[in-house]
Amino acid sequence: MLNNQGRPTAPGAATAADTQTFTGNRALQLEEALIFEIGRAETTGVDIDAPAPFASRLGRHARKTPPGLPGLSEPETMRHYVRLSQKNYSIDAGLYPLGSCTMKHNPRLNEAMARLPGFADIHPLQPQSTVQGALRLIEELGRWLMELTGCPAVAMSPKAGAHGEACGMMAIKAAIVARGEGATRTVVLAPDSAHGTNPATAAAIGFTVRSIPAGPDGNVHPDAVKAALGPDVAAIMLTNPNTCGLFEAHVVEIAKAVHEAGAFFYADGANFNAIVGKARPGDLGIDAMHINLHKTFSTPHGGGGPGAGPVVLSHRLAPFAPAPFLRREGETVRLVEDAGETQAFGRMTAFHGQMGMFVRALTYMLSHGQDGVRQASEDAVLSANYIRVALSDLMSAPFGDRMCMHEALFDDEWLKGTGVTTLDFAKAMIDEGYHPMTMYFPLVVHGAMLIEPTESESKAALDLFIATLRDLAMRAKRCETERFVNAPTLAPRRRLDETRAARNPVLKWTPPKPVAEAAE
Amino acid sequence: MRYLPLTADDRADMLARIGAGGIDDLFVDIPNAMRLTRPLDLPHRQTELEVTRALTRLAAMNATAGAAPFFCGAGAYKHHVPASVDHLIQRSEFLTAYTPYQPEISQGTLQALFEFQTQVAALTGMDVANASMYDGSTGCGEAVMMAHRVSRRRKAVLSGGLHPHYAEVVRTNSRMTGDTVDSMPADPRAQEDVLARIDNSVSCVVVQCPDVFGNPRDLAPIAEKAHAHGALLIAVFTEAVSLGALTPPGEMGADIVVGEGQSIGNALNFGGPYVGLFATRTKYLRQMPGRVCGETADAEGRRGFVLTLSTREQHIRRDKATSNICTNSGLCALAFTIHMTLLGDAGLTRLAQVNHAHAVKLADMLAGVAGVEVLNETFFNEFTLRVKGDGAAVIETMARAGVLGGVPASRLWPGAGLDDLILVASTECTTDADREAFVAALKAAL
Repeated sequence: MLNNQGRPTAPGAATAADTQTFTGNRALQLEEALIFEIGRAETTGVDIDAPAPFASRLGRHARKTPPGLPGLSEPETMRHYVRLSQKNYSIDAGLYPLGSCTMKHNPRLNEAMARLPGFADIHPLQPQSTVQGALRLIEELGRWLMELTGCPAVAMSPKAGAHGEACGMMAIKAAIVARGEGATRTVVLAPDSAHGTNPATAAAIGFTVRSIPAGPDGNVHPDAVKAALGPDVAAIMLTNPNTCGLFEAHVVEIAKAVHEAGAFFYADGANFNAIVGKARPGDLGIDAMHINLHKTFSTPHGGGGPGAGPVVLSHRLAPFAPAPFLRREGETVRLVEDAGETQAFGRMTAFHGQMGMFVRALTYMLSHGQDGVRQASEDAVLSANYIRVALSDLMSAPFGDRMCMHEALFDDEWLKGTGVTTLDFAKAMIDEGYHPMTMYFPLVVHGAMLIEPTESESKAALDLFIATLRDLAMRAKRCETERFVNAPTLAPRRRLDETRAARNPVLKWTPPKPVAEAAE
Repeated sequence: MRYLPLTADDRADMLARIGAGGIDDLFVDIPNAMRLTRPLDLPHRQTELEVTRALTRLAAMNATAGAAPFFCGAGAYKHHVPASVDHLIQRSEFLTAYTPYQPEISQGTLQALFEFQTQVAALTGMDVANASMYDGSTGCGEAVMMAHRVSRRRKAVLSGGLHPHYAEVVRTNSRMTGDTVDSMPADPRAQEDVLARIDNSVSCVVVQCPDVFGNPRDLAPIAEKAHAHGALLIAVFTEAVSLGALTPPGEMGADIVVGEGQSIGNALNFGGPYVGLFATRTKYLRQMPGRVCGETADAEGRRGFVLTLSTREQHIRRDKATSNICTNSGLCALAFTIHMTLLGDAGLTRLAQVNHAHAVKLADMLAGVAGVEVLNETFFNEFTLRVKGDGAAVIETMARAGVLGGVPASRLWPGAGLDDLILVASTECTTDADREAFVAALKAAL
């Protein structure tokens, strides 16, 4: 009850939401100019003395003019990036239910271990005798990955998930070429629900993609696969658990059919977090699978990488794994960098892969142990189903009451007639302090909302998230459309004009035109 | 388990709410025979203290660059990274954010990427840059594929000065797609005739500057001939600090510039994660791979940034995408841009001068050593030594004496007859005492 006689700071007395400030700042939300607008060419935040005069050996190659980059002192630099950071949502700040991305807690022990000088301050080409500890770490991580997946080999060098896909598909291509079928087996099967990277990878390696449909239950059915298989098919690319958050129940039969047709089974391991310690892809019959260390094994996403995408391989593909690879010779671990006379298909990258991510992932694994990794998967699946059930009376699920894996999928059927779209609903979540779920993916589900809570949330956090979504859902159903179509109103920025950005790309800062010229 | 917040009671409550009798009811779709019932052949969980002990033990088995006279380069360089860089990239809001798909709550990452793109374009002398690739080598592979799309030809010429790992990445890609690669032999003295390889069938010429042996190259004549024949010049660098001292590739007519950005802001990390820099001309923008950040405005007219031109990308175009890349190297790009912001023109120029001065000093000292020859006439912070005998054995002997003396060419070109060559880099991190230790250890090893 508002007391008009009370102090001006009484609840409700302040209606400051529309206050215009001189700076454009809103208390802790601080506007920040570009470094090019605040920096100065002569300023530097790094003290370096010019060298004593010497005879240059640059010859005619010396740069004539500096690049034109402003510098900032250290305090200005700190302030610039701290202010920028405050405009970002992060796992450390709140629940980040981005389906298919596995935004789990990133333990800081991982960061500390990766920064041990014995891992961070060693050169990829210093003598192998001086980096035996690093090679042993890679060997041990490889052992974990092989045991967790039930596969006999692993290629460690791929730099991210899509790079791992390329590695696995290249191994398949090499195996097919070695069989003399390179010219005939040119087709890769992929369901419509696949991650975009799957068809993009297959195409980049020279395959043609043939779509296979999923059944009404969200699974790919063996009959659909068999109908698409033929002597022209090189491989199937299947995500399991799939992008609808469902385990592919017929995976064993599909693997058998694929192998009988002389093709290979590539599994997209993006959703491995659902089944670690519960089932092993190798036992299910896959030939290759990349593992996103930055999803399942908690290495941080860093605002878009770096990731790491080691690929486990079956016996049939193992001989084709790229260089470099490890070979144990008694007490010594040898890194074989030159494939020489082996059947290795080539090289994915300079050096040996994402060592910094390897240290973090192994730290995660050692911390969890064999029991902990299984518990993590169980909790992730439990939390997703908890959310699914708690929202099922308000929001529509495309596959009914079916148990999901580590992510719960809803469509936009329930929003029909409300004037609210999936996008609007997601943007309203921002005002409530949540990062939205994955939207409009998988493509096969209309207005898809893919919610992946991960195992890192407490029950209280899940309950508040559920209560928030229920409140928003009821408001949407009551057609409180304004709140949604205008959202977000409380974030550092309102909705951004993406059409303008794409139509007239401005991809770097350019100095403002002089006033006289601008006035013309 | 310290990372899992749910309690046994929570789990029981949640299962009851779901209507499941036990946790395995949730995994009902996994065929019974395929469910893992045995314990995994892996250790049990460990405390923070135990994990720290185990990994510290492994780390201690490695010889670190900071604790020895250190002269390795060949694509990865030991530089000093200011403490503030590593502090800032560990801020939760940068470290634990995803790719900025929701721009309203990702302006921090997006503005930093916009600044990164501006810096990369300026450093390379190009029109536009993307928001990073995995590393220089994979970026090089993508650059060749991009050139094939632009030129509608399928043959790449690789200079013999290109880092052999980069060349192998290109050859691996091309083997898969049936494209042609004309690889020129390793060329320690930069004497190769690239121009002779260019004709109307060539899609692109890939030349590294400074090349892997440390020689700066004049790219202008190559660009001129390539353009006359409808081919593109792809300029590669592995040492980003060199851009503070050498003519940028953009000024010499490069169409695509791709390189390794590790040297600025990023640790050696035994080879990764690193950050690929990728820049091109505006006219080729829509064939460029990778994420791109662009400026726009929000509903109130305020400046803001978004990921843009996504119609090139895999999540929209699927099998017609310009690349399959999704996750790139965001945090390493952030480290790069923070370090670059600290440096500015003034800092970068001086840093480059000091690097060059240190390498010149070392080369001058070696001129007086019997049985050793510096092959380079010009260089930046890295050059090639010819020694009497086997370079790998010399480096191994020097390592036993506590000096990490460089990279033997036989490590990069096994069996190519370059066994008496060593690639040596001397950055700002090397001291006069380090150089003296290098010379002494080298003499003792010869």
